[in-house]
Amino acid sequence: MSQVVTPTATAPVARTPRRDIGLKKRYAAERRFRAYGIAALSFGLIFLFVLLWSVVSKGYTAFQQTGVTLAVEFSEKIIDPQNQRASNPQVLLTANYPVMARNALANALGVAQNDRAKQKELGQMLSDGVRSQLRDMVVADPSIIGTTKTVTLLAAGDIDSAFKGQINLSVPQENRKVSDQQVGWMNKLAEAGALAKHFNTGIFFNGASSRAEASGVGVALIGSFYMMLIVLVLSLPIGVAASIYLEEFAPKNRFTDLIEVNINNLAAVPSIVYGLLGLAVFINFMGLPRSASLVGGFVLTLMTLPTIIIATRAALKAVPPSIRAAALGLGASKMQTIFHHVLPLAMPGILTGTIIGLAHALGETAPLLLIGMVAFVANFPTTPMDPSTALPVQIYMWANEAERAFVERTSGAIIILLLFLIVMNVGAILLRRRFERRW
Amino acid sequence: MTTSTLLLITAAIAMIGYLAGSRRALALAGGRSSSMHSRPGYYGSFVAIWSALPAALLLGVWLIAAPAIINSSIRGEFPAEVKAQSQASQGLSFGMIEGIARGMRALSAEEAAQAERNPADLRNLMAARGVAIAGDPEAYMIKAANDLNSMNARSDLLRNVAVLLVAVGGAALAYRLIAPRFRARNRVESVILASLVVASSIAILTTVGIIASMLTEATHFFARVPAHEFFFGTVWDPRFAAAGATASEGQFGLIPLLLGTLYIGFVAMLFAVPIGLFAAIYMSEYASQRVRSITKPLLEVLAGIPTIVYGFFALTTVGPFLRDISSQIHGLATGDYSNFIQAQSVLTAGFVMGIMLIPYVSSLSDDIITAVPRALRDGSLGLGATRSETIKRVVLPAALPGIVGAILMTASRAIGETMIVVLAAGVAARIQLNPFEPMTTVTVKIVSQLTGDLEFTSPQTLVAFALGITLFIITLCLNIYALYIVRKYREQYE
Amino acid sequence: MNMMTEAAVEKALDQRMNDLSYKMIGKDVSVYYGEKRALFDVNLNVRQNTVTALIGPSGCGKSTFLRTLNRMNDTIDSCRVTGRITLDGDDIYDPAIDVVELRARVGMVFQKPNPFPKSIYENISYGPRIHGLARSKTDMDQIVEASLQRAGLWNEVKDRLQESGTGLSGGQQQRLCIARAIAVSPEVILMDEPCSALDPIATAKVEELIHELRSNYTIVIVTHSMQQAARVSQRTAMFHLGQLVEENDTDKMFTNPDDQRTQDYIMGRFG
Repeated sequence: MSQVVTPTATAPVARTPRRDIGLKKRYAAERRFRAYGIAALSFGLIFLFVLLWSVVSKGYTAFQQTGVTLAVEFSEKIIDPQNQRASNPQVLLTANYPVMARNALANALGVAQNDRAKQKELGQMLSDGVRSQLRDMVVADPSIIGTTKTVTLLAAGDIDSAFKGQINLSVPQENRKVSDQQVGWMNKLAEAGALAKHFNTGIFFNGASSRAEASGVGVALIGSFYMMLIVLVLSLPIGVAASIYLEEFAPKNRFTDLIEVNINNLAAVPSIVYGLLGLAVFINFMGLPRSASLVGGFVLTLMTLPTIIIATRAALKAVPPSIRAAALGLGASKMQTIFHHVLPLAMPGILTGTIIGLAHALGETAPLLLIGMVAFVANFPTTPMDPSTALPVQIYMWANEAERAFVERTSGAIIILLLFLIVMNVGAILLRRRFERRW
Repeated sequence: MTTSTLLLITAAIAMIGYLAGSRRALALAGGRSSSMHSRPGYYGSFVAIWSALPAALLLGVWLIAAPAIINSSIRGEFPAEVKAQSQASQGLSFGMIEGIARGMRALSAEEAAQAERNPADLRNLMAARGVAIAGDPEAYMIKAANDLNSMNARSDLLRNVAVLLVAVGGAALAYRLIAPRFRARNRVESVILASLVVASSIAILTTVGIIASMLTEATHFFARVPAHEFFFGTVWDPRFAAAGATASEGQFGLIPLLLGTLYIGFVAMLFAVPIGLFAAIYMSEYASQRVRSITKPLLEVLAGIPTIVYGFFALTTVGPFLRDISSQIHGLATGDYSNFIQAQSVLTAGFVMGIMLIPYVSSLSDDIITAVPRALRDGSLGLGATRSETIKRVVLPAALPGIVGAILMTASRAIGETMIVVLAAGVAARIQLNPFEPMTTVTVKIVSQLTGDLEFTSPQTLVAFALGITLFIITLCLNIYALYIVRKYREQYE
Repeated sequence: MNMMTEAAVEKALDQRMNDLSYKMIGKDVSVYYGEKRALFDVNLNVRQNTVTALIGPSGCGKSTFLRTLNRMNDTIDSCRVTGRITLDGDDIYDPAIDVVELRARVGMVFQKPNPFPKSIYENISYGPRIHGLARSKTDMDQIVEASLQRAGLWNEVKDRLQESGTGLSGGQQQRLCIARAIAVSPEVILMDEPCSALDPIATAKVEELIHELRSNYTIVIVTHSMQQAARVSQRTAMFHLGQLVEENDTDKMFTNPDDQRTQDYIMGRFG
């Protein structure tokens, strides 16, 4: 028997002639189309990097601050010439501390006390912040009056910018904020080691100040912290409760439908509308104080709720019905099934959604402007009822300042904000990875 | 006793109630827990709920109602000539009385007596205590302040007693109800269910709150400025009236703001839609799994960056860049190095907003494109179509309704966006078509009308709510329509 | 009895590779999905103007083999094909061969009818349009009419060519998909269980259609139903666990198969 199958008797057919189906042109179109896609994608990614780079390159210097280390004489003649501080403590508060600092600088540079023009320029080299810095030292310990101490004082914003090389010194000196004389002094001090850059703790802890070099996001951080706390405490339980009701209990009727549509729409309402709501309801109607982080927290809670509800419902939906059936089959009530089995299993998803919602709330600016958080707050708020500001609002306020030094501060504050957001989002991703379940 | 102490005590009573309830349930069971309907914890919770919930409700009602009642009774005692004044100035007087009342509490008994004899001293006395008073108090105010203080004190005392009585009474009542056949679990669960319902109705309440609050304030505005002047006015010039002058309140024409909003939104969509769509097509149809897993999250980072950062980017980087490059181009063409693109312009704001919107367009369309069934793609590829032909002629037409929905949702974001335009679009409200010139938007004007000192009676402030409700309605319509389209689209392929 | 030597067998085989009565020839075809191997060295030839049926229990690799014939497997990322498949003597996996052109010559009809969400006319004209086969509107009209005629659908749809193709019944949709494939004038038509989603009447119509198409096209059909294979095909190949068990004339296959497994399958012992 032959293993080779003999061909059947069909006559050999000639090869079909090749048709021209325009392959060349069609492949050119294919390549073009693909190139558009790559171009679009890279355009988006390039702008992500340009944006981040522009912020970081402008802002990383904000974490260093130029300081001048000087031997300051706490001269009694300047602080308290009539020697009445025992009877009137006010004297210590109102003394002319900047003069003390200027004198110290003059000594270090060997400028004569009677050269008024030069003295003025010298004074401009130090920040106005030296007043409170020296005052606080004296008030804390009046016994230092009459002694000489080595103190590191803040340099003025313009000197800081010049020392960081951000001011173009080839411009004629009338057109720039630092004179050649000041640059000369600056270099001399730097050579002597008196003037140097230090890590800038002030940007994290100081409150608002009209001087760039003395201002920081301290108040804003506290305000944002209070608000995040309020958002978390309110929106997580309310959001989870609402989701449980909608996902597990709600009958399928028109009211439930209405809530559904409502939540989807609320998630897309412009944030500024929430600001108007907060202003009209919380401040105007309920009489809560303006600029308080409490009101900010309420507004952001309302704004975050839809996000959390949508995420929570998705997480609840992902828990397979077999788990519910198993618990119900053992005689657990519906409530027990949900709280003992479904909710714990959905928790990672819920928390991930919550963190992402919080991150959004942390970066939100517009509604806070309307409830008066655009405020110049120099004192730390001790309760959520005190006037305060928020990190993104602080950025907005600084962005409106014209000075070069404030651009640096703004970028610095943005870096701080972005770092918080990165930490939160990475946390959310890790949480998801760690607890992700595949059913 | 402050409100928070009262709350703490109530909580403590509820806690004790919980322990007592569980104990009693255990005791009744006599060691055999199966003889009780529910686990002991449920009996405890039942007692705790009955003690805390009514008390908390009472406290809430009291906190809202008492100040209103006291307020109206104090105002009722105002002398006739004060009553004749406007509501606003009566409000001011009441505010001052509240200030005095706070001050009186800080004064010692004899100082208070002195103040009552001689109202003129009051301000100095209080200043010494660190309490500042807005103006010179009138004689009736001191009496009213004393009344206010005593009424407040009485109300607080009454409130404390009532709340604590209700807490203890509720606990006792619930405690007595505990019996083996008593279905504590069902009771507790129905309370939990009720609270779930309350939580989900907050979504409704928010919408109601938004609409009601904005409508109320907007009606106040339309009482002062006719609606047609607002909706069809072409000039926006809300002059802040100088002190005393009430004549000129300026003009509140919506048209220039609306045009600016739409124009900037349009420019933004001009950038965002093609880029976002092509990026989505590339990622879903061409890119390998690896490229996709890197680029998709990176692109979504753009959506996670706060809009204030984009605004700052526009203000300090894009705006100056466009201005400088335009002056270079102009200079090369004509020799005159003056810029024809303003740093703040429709183009600057639109471009940066476009970047912000890319991830919205791309991730929404990505979802929609991947929802097109594989069978359709195979059908086209099986006929010898190239990938791009399949996408252009089969996938995109099939996905079109969904993509339109996605674009509408993105458009509603563009219209409601605030921080980018506040920093990059400018504040000049004008009607013009040059994209290189600044224009302003509805959101910018809401912000600028509501930052600074507010007076809730002037049209300059109230107009923000009229703008707000216009914005809300536009975005609401866009969103509802978009959601409807997308939902129908999804049903088609499910 | 067998007078042929080894060398002669080799020679006959070689001749077969070039024999034009075989439209497509598969030699040692293996398919891998990632690490998993789905086909094991399949040698199967497809004859010109013949209906070849591929049968076998589900998961046996018959659809996989079918999809290698016009490289539809390319659309699955993890899929890898080894061995040689020729169309008219040209290796279709040769880098010089264009996949678009290949698919224009080897058309495909899928298990579930998948008309595009467009009008009936556009469904048919899609292929000719992308390949530039019609020079004018009247040309295109002719192609559409001829394809629908051949698919036996013309009389049912000629009055509603502008209506959506998704509005047709399941059987009509499948015949539309066949018409769509014919419109490109392919040389080979691959059909992947084309009747599995259809009712008996629609199935009968499609089978009749396959029968008529045989004179002009080479057809390879994957089917789950032995009766269908017996009805429509001249040659039948039986797959099991990724291997080709037997390939034979359909008549012989269903009366007196060479392989025990084929017999068991046809008798309904497994599958």
